[in-house]
Amino acid sequence: MFEGLKKKIEEMRAHRPSPEAVKNAIAEGQIWKSIFRHGYPDTPRNRIMAVLSNVFLHLHPVKARHSGVKMSYTWCMGGLSFFLFLNLTVTGVLLMFYYRPTAEYAYYDIVALREAVPLGIMRELHRWGAHAMVITVWLHMFRVFMTGSYKPPREFNWVIGVVLLVLTLLLSFTGYLLPWDQLAMWAITVGTNMARATPFLGYEGPGASMLQVGGVKLVTGGSDIHFALLGGHFVSEATLLRFYVLHCVFIPLVAATLMAVHFWRVRKDGGISGPL
Amino acid sequence: MHFLIHFINALFNPVTYFFTSVIGFGAMIRYREKWTEPPFALRILIGVLAVLGLSMFNDHFREISTKSDNVPIFLMVFSVGFFTWLSFRQAVVNDRRLSQGQPPVEKETSDKKVYVWPDLVYIEFISTIVAGVALMVWSLALHAPLEQAATPAWTPNPSKAPWYFLGLQEMLVYYDPWLAGVVFPSLIIVGLMAIPYIDKNPKGSGYYTFNERKLAIIPFLFGFLILWVTLIFLGTFLRGPGWNFFGPYEEWDPHKVVVLNNINLSEYFWVKLLGMGITNLNPVVRELPGFALLGFYFIGLPPLLTKKSKFLMGLLERLGVARYAVLIFLGLSMAALPIKMVLRWAFNLKYIVSIPEVFFNI
Ligand code: HEM
Repeated sequence: MFEGLKKKIEEMRAHRPSPEAVKNAIAEGQIWKSIFRHGYPDTPRNRIMAVLSNVFLHLHPVKARHSGVKMSYTWCMGGLSFFLFLNLTVTGVLLMFYYRPTAEYAYYDIVALREAVPLGIMRELHRWGAHAMVITVWLHMFRVFMTGSYKPPREFNWVIGVVLLVLTLLLSFTGYLLPWDQLAMWAITVGTNMARATPFLGYEGPGASMLQVGGVKLVTGGSDIHFALLGGHFVSEATLLRFYVLHCVFIPLVAATLMAVHFWRVRKDGGISGPL
Repeated sequence: MHFLIHFINALFNPVTYFFTSVIGFGAMIRYREKWTEPPFALRILIGVLAVLGLSMFNDHFREISTKSDNVPIFLMVFSVGFFTWLSFRQAVVNDRRLSQGQPPVEKETSDKKVYVWPDLVYIEFISTIVAGVALMVWSLALHAPLEQAATPAWTPNPSKAPWYFLGLQEMLVYYDPWLAGVVFPSLIIVGLMAIPYIDKNPKGSGYYTFNERKLAIIPFLFGFLILWVTLIFLGTFLRGPGWNFFGPYEEWDPHKVVVLNNINLSEYFWVKLLGMGITNLNPVVRELPGFALLGFYFIGLPPLLTKKSKFLMGLLERLGVARYAVLIFLGLSMAALPIKMVLRWAFNLKYIVSIPEVFFNI
């Protein structure tokens, strides 16, 4: 009954294509070519094309100093910082599906994320990823310092790096408030209290009382930088909204932009540093 | 056992903690040839792990260190330790080669270029997977912390900033918020940005070395390891209710009272030295000794030292006046923290300058 089919299978077996042929068939096919515009990257030409024709890969040069791509040299820490940033972007978007930044809902949305959302580790991935990113950015700076990679012509990229470091800490700090639990509220209270003491700009800062016009104080508890940061005298719902917007929109945009500049400069400054 | 625990707790206080870490730092620099040897480093690691493991038998220590938000601090401490080792190891190896007239290890492969695809892309790919899996395991194993809903009605004690800012919070013990929370952090940022413009040493670019860059590495690492990382560790594990200091195995007693009778410099000068009252003095006059001291520290001391010291003179010649002045200012600002610590411990000094009417306390 199945004689015909059996025969057919036997026939196909006999003409089984080699893995090489399958690969070629795919890499020469219309679909592959429409996406990648070059053959499988196992020849120098195709390897060059792989990097040049891909918008993500072309942040890299085509060729790099052998000493610079070694893990013992870079510790992969810049790359890991970037990977964690991407992870935080993706998990952050997922968290935003559930989370509402109001005093009424914020805390209970976080509880629901743990209790009711299937595979509820998004918050963990986001939180631990954020802690890890703080650490990898410090270590990246440490390695850049220890290899003297801030020396000319890379001075300015180091400066951009310092800004990225500050932004990383600010991202982490603004995010710390969002769960709206005791830990969050009081850590942010402790941290933002400092703003009150800003010289000239905080009402408990030195010099602030000098800023007067006709005996009217310009810097008061209701008009100083602490108030501007919190949207009130205390950490409150207004603060939650401000930190939410800073955390989810403003700082990530600035950080992503500066990362693009940072990576671009790594290339323009001659690739990863190496001995002369 | 009890006795041992008490003994260890009693050994710990801010003074011993700080000086031990500074001595450790000195030893680390001095004996780098020795501890960077892998077998020796392994023994240190085993020792640290053993102490940590034994400490876990202590209920208090276990409770604090397994708080889920404190777990990253272990990750931080161990990875900073490991990478300090890795960089010093490579530096020591390179320094040996350099002293024999050989180029650094990196030189052997730096002239060779490799294709980014696949040589770099596969490293990135593997690292991504490893990091992703590690993060997932961490997330499955450990819940993100969630305490009771926020309420302004009840302040937890201790109230701590997020762990990466605990070094700054520790600074609050010694300096007022306008310095510890605003001026010093700004100076840290500016100081970091200034590094490439101050360090004119052309050597040591693009490879690990210590000997060729001592002057840059020692202050940077002192700031990073001692004034940043160890203070974070202190803030996390040894500061309890009321920001009081507790030993590593000491229960955090919220009623612990530490007598503080710190004295301002003005009182030392007018009352104790000259036997005068200070209540009727104009604040500016009252604080003249403090202003004089600060003026001397930032303006008088540098030229004096520079003239006396051949080393500083050479530095001035190499850097030029502008760079040198910025370097000295940043250096003195960084030293201001340990100096104030020592003054506090030795003389109970509260403020060098204190005009609380305008929140100007130093
Ligand atoms: C969000 C934070 C950051 C990201 C994602 C990032 C990413 C990267 C990446 C991927 C590289 C390529 C080499 C490597 O991986 O080591 C790099 C190089 C570099 N980074 Fe960063 N970085 C960040 C923060 C910093 C910081 C804080 C500094 C210093 C203060 C810094 C200074 C530099 C410099 C000078 C280079 C060139 C190093 C060389 O040529 O050897 N970056 N960065």
